[in-house]
Amino acid sequence: MEWVNIFIQGTLLGGFYSLFAIGLSMSFGIMRLVNIAHGDFIVLAAYVGMVAVQSTGLSPFLSLVIVVPVMFLLGYALQRGLLNFTLSGGLLPPLLVTFGISVIIQNGLLQGFGAYDHRLQEGAIETASLQLPGGIDVGVYPLVVFGVAVLGIGALQLLFYGTRLGRAFRAVSDDADTAELMGIDNRKLYALALGIAMVFTAIAGVLFGIRTIFDPAAGPIRLILAFEAVIIGGLGSMWGTLIGGMVLGISQAIGAALNPNWQILAGHVAFLIILILRPSGLFPRTRD
Amino acid sequence: MAAAVETVRVERATGASRVFAALAVVILAALVSLPWWGDAGDMRLIAEMAYYVALAQLWNLLAGYAGLVSVGQQAYVGLGGYMLFYLTGVWNVNVYVAVLLAGPFAGLMAIPVSFAVFRLRGAYFAIGTWVVSEVFALLASLITVLGAGSGLSLTVPILQEISPDRDTRDTLLYLMTLGAALFVVGVVYLLLRSRHGLALTAIRDSEPASASLGVNTFRTKFIIYIATAACTGLIGALIFLQKLRISPEAGFSINDWTVVVIFMVVIGGIGTIEGPFIGMLIYIVLRELLADYGTYYLILLGLIAIVIMLKAPSGLWGWVIQRYNLQLFPVGRRLVSTPPADAAKR
Amino acid sequence: MTLLRTQNLSAFYGDFQALFDINVTVEERETVAIIGANGAGKTTFLRTVAGALPSAPDAVLFDGRPIGGKPPHDIVRLGIAMVPEGRRLFPSLSVEENLSLGAHSERAGPWSLKRVYELFPRLYELRRLPAPSLSGGQQQMAAIGRALMSNPRLLLCDELSLGLAPVIIRDIYQCLGAITAEGTTVVLVEQDINRALDASARFYCFQEGRLALTAPTKDFDRAALTAAYFGM
Repeated sequence: MEWVNIFIQGTLLGGFYSLFAIGLSMSFGIMRLVNIAHGDFIVLAAYVGMVAVQSTGLSPFLSLVIVVPVMFLLGYALQRGLLNFTLSGGLLPPLLVTFGISVIIQNGLLQGFGAYDHRLQEGAIETASLQLPGGIDVGVYPLVVFGVAVLGIGALQLLFYGTRLGRAFRAVSDDADTAELMGIDNRKLYALALGIAMVFTAIAGVLFGIRTIFDPAAGPIRLILAFEAVIIGGLGSMWGTLIGGMVLGISQAIGAALNPNWQILAGHVAFLIILILRPSGLFPRTRD
Repeated sequence: MAAAVETVRVERATGASRVFAALAVVILAALVSLPWWGDAGDMRLIAEMAYYVALAQLWNLLAGYAGLVSVGQQAYVGLGGYMLFYLTGVWNVNVYVAVLLAGPFAGLMAIPVSFAVFRLRGAYFAIGTWVVSEVFALLASLITVLGAGSGLSLTVPILQEISPDRDTRDTLLYLMTLGAALFVVGVVYLLLRSRHGLALTAIRDSEPASASLGVNTFRTKFIIYIATAACTGLIGALIFLQKLRISPEAGFSINDWTVVVIFMVVIGGIGTIEGPFIGMLIYIVLRELLADYGTYYLILLGLIAIVIMLKAPSGLWGWVIQRYNLQLFPVGRRLVSTPPADAAKR
Repeated sequence: MTLLRTQNLSAFYGDFQALFDINVTVEERETVAIIGANGAGKTTFLRTVAGALPSAPDAVLFDGRPIGGKPPHDIVRLGIAMVPEGRRLFPSLSVEENLSLGAHSERAGPWSLKRVYELFPRLYELRRLPAPSLSGGQQQMAAIGRALMSNPRLLLCDELSLGLAPVIIRDIYQCLGAITAEGTTVVLVEQDINRALDASARFYCFQEGRLALTAPTKDFDRAALTAAYFGM
């Protein structure tokens, strides 16, 4: 029974991690851009949600109505105005520019909001739980988050495989040069891609802010968790990212069951083991 | 009739580098003699500048020459520091010996690390090195003999091994740090001057091309990674020897040991030896100027780094090189030809 | 009426100059061939016209208007389409998705999926398959079809015969005939000189980035051509 519990908690935790990972996975898949500031954008979204909640009195869930468009526009503008110019310079510019953005966001939040902890309050759902047969308690909130992750990935797959825009995304991901020759405006497409990635980041940020205490320095660990989920699952596969998140979550749950202090470490260890044994992840897809 | 042949020499030094060498000797003399004309505060500042320059040169070697952009070098700073505290505190090893062992220990730890992270490329390599650093930090926070979450302190007896007198101790620590930094810069400089440096520059410019010419890219990168880790460990030991305390958060702090180092190298000029010096000076100046405004100086550094990456990717010194063709640390090779000696006589 | 004209067109890859003062004209409804050895600059020329390489605005005139320096997606919108060297179909997309992608610029005209399938009936049977599973010849047809989907006035074809068996090449060139009969202007880059000359009314011979020779193809002396081709 204990194992079943670990498996379930770990899987639901994995939903969280794959939600963190979607934005990262998209920007790498389409633009070959690894956004070092990705975790900081998740935290930024949580702060935007906090401000939205404080100024409008909306609940955090409803504040997404504000947070999502704000983050979408931020992503679009950032890619169009800044990141598009880093794509042709080789490895260093995108990495160092997003690194700079990460530092700016962290310290900007620090200067603006102080080093205090915050949390978004959604109310009863945070602690509600379902009773499953066998005496297992499953939190409603983690279940909701997992559901959002699955729906989100499903929606993205629909976008990629069922729409004209998605087809353009896939073409650009395959061969950006030829895509331009076929009439696709890569700059606009990349901006749209980051905008959509930011939508998921916004959702991840608010949901994360409800569940966990956050402060300006909470970004890097989110990036690492997202990164681990993507690598474990295999680059280029969205469903792989979900599986990767679940593997990460379950590894952490196992570690936590042995000793609560070992939770994050267990995740890192699982990541490193998979990296050494199967570097391309469990379900790799991307041609590089 | 035999044709007269031009003779060609390889020249290393430039005019500017000769001038700079002379200046450097003067500056060095001033720094070494600082304990006798400056105060403890001056020594602390110069020591800080020294170890930052060392860390920056090492990161530059890794990223600017070997193409390995690591965001996890703080792991080796922490490992070096912890090794020092562990050896002196738990095993009563002499403090000087402990410092000397810290570097090789860090280098040794880098070997298994490289097995994992070398499987990743580019930005993924960067984040991978970060994960490894987090693992070390977490382990340090869990191991009780290392002080777990609160860390370790250097006890008075250990400090007295350096010298029972406070002023002498400050002087010795300062000179040790200065010496270590000079050693690191010297090693980096000599490496880049050598055949291996040429190989590195080739790898940096084009890995496939250099591999096709017979450069063993994997082995070269591996050696550089281990060597850099060892030197970083040495510097880490000296840093924490002066701080007197180490904790997982301080020892493995990405902000203190990696963020500012990267900014220094990028702003100063990545891929040049002169760059890290300039970057370090800019960092210190900005930090002192904006000291009253919290962490705004970090935001400013971030903005400058972004602008530099977009407009002048080779940094400030790179811009100077392009504009004035200046090289203070001669690592390049120039072909100088002399015309056939007897041409006029024929 | 002159559809395409280049004026002293030069092109660079970084510091390396690949094209030197190229002057080429293509009349509407013509088929013009560009031939030359490897590295002569033929693909560079096509890519510059298509916008993948920068050039001075006046260096390339399309329908009298300067298009030099415009990004490729704008140039597709104006009516120039490329069949790239090596086909370059999108591996993640099916055959039909590749074709549909060609219509991304939504230019009006006679070409549609239906018409492309009429021209290349084999593609209709293969339409749901991923592009990489097609044979070389089928991929070439798909690449041509993809370019046609943008309803171009000018079609740039880069090395259609690359890596294909003679029988397949013959089929492809027959289809090309059907395309030009519709009124599409074609610029053809080819290493297979005979094919190129059979299919075109005029030709340009490039040699190391420069224009070595230009003439109508009819009755042209092959010896003189060989001399120009190899720069003798």
